[in-house]
Amino acid sequence: MPFLELHNVSKRYGSTEVLRDVNLSIEEGEFVAIVGYSGAGKTTLISMIASLLKPDSGTVKLRGEIITEPSPERGIVFQNYSLLPWLNVAENVALAVDQVFPTWSAEQRRAQVDKYLAMVNLTPARGKLPRELSGGMRQRVSVARALAAEPKILLLDEPLGALDALTRATLQDEIVRIWEQDRRTVVLITNDVDEGIMTAGRIIPLSAGPGATLGPSVAVDIARPRERKALNSDPAFKRVRKDVIEYLLGPGGRQKTVVKRKLTLPDLLPEDLNEPRTLFGAKRTARRRSEEKLEAVEVA
Amino acid sequence: MKSFKFDYIILPFVGIALCIAIWAIIAGKPITKVSIDDFGDKVTKTVRVGLSEDLPSPTEAWAASKLYVTQPLAKRGELDQGMLRFTWLSLKLVVQGYAIALLIGTPIGFMLGLSPAFAKMFDPIIQILRPVSPLAWLPLGMVLFLSAKFTVPGMGEYTASDLAAIFTIAVCSMWPTVLNTAVGVRAVPQDFLNVAKVLKLSRSKTLFKVLLPATLPYMFTGFRLSLGIAWLVIVAAEMLTGRPGVGGFLWQQYNALSYSHIILCILTIGVVGYVLDRLMSVVERRFKTI
Repeated sequence: MPFLELHNVSKRYGSTEVLRDVNLSIEEGEFVAIVGYSGAGKTTLISMIASLLKPDSGTVKLRGEIITEPSPERGIVFQNYSLLPWLNVAENVALAVDQVFPTWSAEQRRAQVDKYLAMVNLTPARGKLPRELSGGMRQRVSVARALAAEPKILLLDEPLGALDALTRATLQDEIVRIWEQDRRTVVLITNDVDEGIMTAGRIIPLSAGPGATLGPSVAVDIARPRERKALNSDPAFKRVRKDVIEYLLGPGGRQKTVVKRKLTLPDLLPEDLNEPRTLFGAKRTARRRSEEKLEAVEVA
Repeated sequence: MKSFKFDYIILPFVGIALCIAIWAIIAGKPITKVSIDDFGDKVTKTVRVGLSEDLPSPTEAWAASKLYVTQPLAKRGELDQGMLRFTWLSLKLVVQGYAIALLIGTPIGFMLGLSPAFAKMFDPIIQILRPVSPLAWLPLGMVLFLSAKFTVPGMGEYTASDLAAIFTIAVCSMWPTVLNTAVGVRAVPQDFLNVAKVLKLSRSKTLFKVLLPATLPYMFTGFRLSLGIAWLVIVAAEMLTGRPGVGGFLWQQYNALSYSHIILCILTIGVVGYVLDRLMSVVERRFKTI
């Protein structure tokens, strides 16, 4: 029995179908990256795993049980950090710890907060407010908050999307390092294929919307720890990259549709100067030859 | 932009001086005429001339008001007290009405923001009641508390006119708090609510740990606007009820043809309102959470 299983999950917003028949199964301890176009429905997908959104059809199961309510056992790191700006770093993490471990003593909870702040290297910033931190630091607090609740599965929704390339690389390494400590199940959503290859054990491409669905999964059989510099010449790296990108640009790419639309041609007949001017304003305008043509346009 | 050194001190005084100059030009001046009447006696007659002959000039206004300013705590009669005493009496009333407005307005605002059904139910009524003038509420308050008379230990006795004034202040100053709180609650980012959902925070915890802090800046903007209106209403309330206070004094002095004191009252109301607004903005900044 897979740890997390999505069966024929579909979701539509109004008349646009965002996700169609998404099937996904993830084993315990796996690190899976879902790579796709922006706007394809990646966040919708992970919101449904977190039960922040309900699928229109299909089921989401965790350990064989259908899940409908959000819960701290599915910890999520949001794209835009979502730290509460009036709480400092430690308080933000403590909010989660206090909620998940209400029976613990105050010292135990404090130790838990400190442990995870240390894990993301933020012990010196524990008293700071989120607005005093850089983007990378905020995202680390967000990761610490999710981890401190000791979730069974960690959902990362484009956690590094808003960061610069160098900070991104450091944080990717950090995420892998943290994952290797206890090998919790992780689902990483990203639009960067290389980020998936650097971190994940398996990459699943999400086709372009509307009606996006998951493509064939590609195993990343590159030994850990993955060395960023060595990776570029690694044949396995090249193969995985090619497989994912070929799917995203090929069968999973944007479908082009041909739309016929009316085209009104510009009027070229000049005004007739022989016609007399009327009293109320000029009636002597250019004469319309309303000529219309049909035109075929490719819409991406 | 900085035009010269200490411009932020000097320029306001230049502005004030200009306004006083215009006032002095418009104001009437007394002129003594001496004429001989039919009996051959000398008659001296003082008349006022000017653009607005009955408007006292700045120096006249100051001479007449000096007593009230230099002895701010004196009490010579019920409606003849020092300015600070009057201000204190008015503020006491405002604070009571304002407190009631906040206590009622904030929960109503939260309910409006949280429940679309509640908003649909009460929004039309609020929009209708909101523009009603304090002058219209006061008679209703008088009717409501017509036979009410009770003593609150430590606060003194409350009569119908006190209660009507407090009622008017509360009703009029409530709306900015109600509406701003509602807007603030609706503007709480979905991300924060998602955090609460994922952590399975209880309803009360979501309210006090997420919604309330996220709404606080909006609430305080509402509180500040409400305080401004509460102070605005006091004059109308005191005028109609004849209570001692800045507004009551203003109205009495108008009836007594003592025009200098009207100007004194207007300036006092303005200065107190300004100070209240400054204080509130300091508090507002202190509670800026986002």
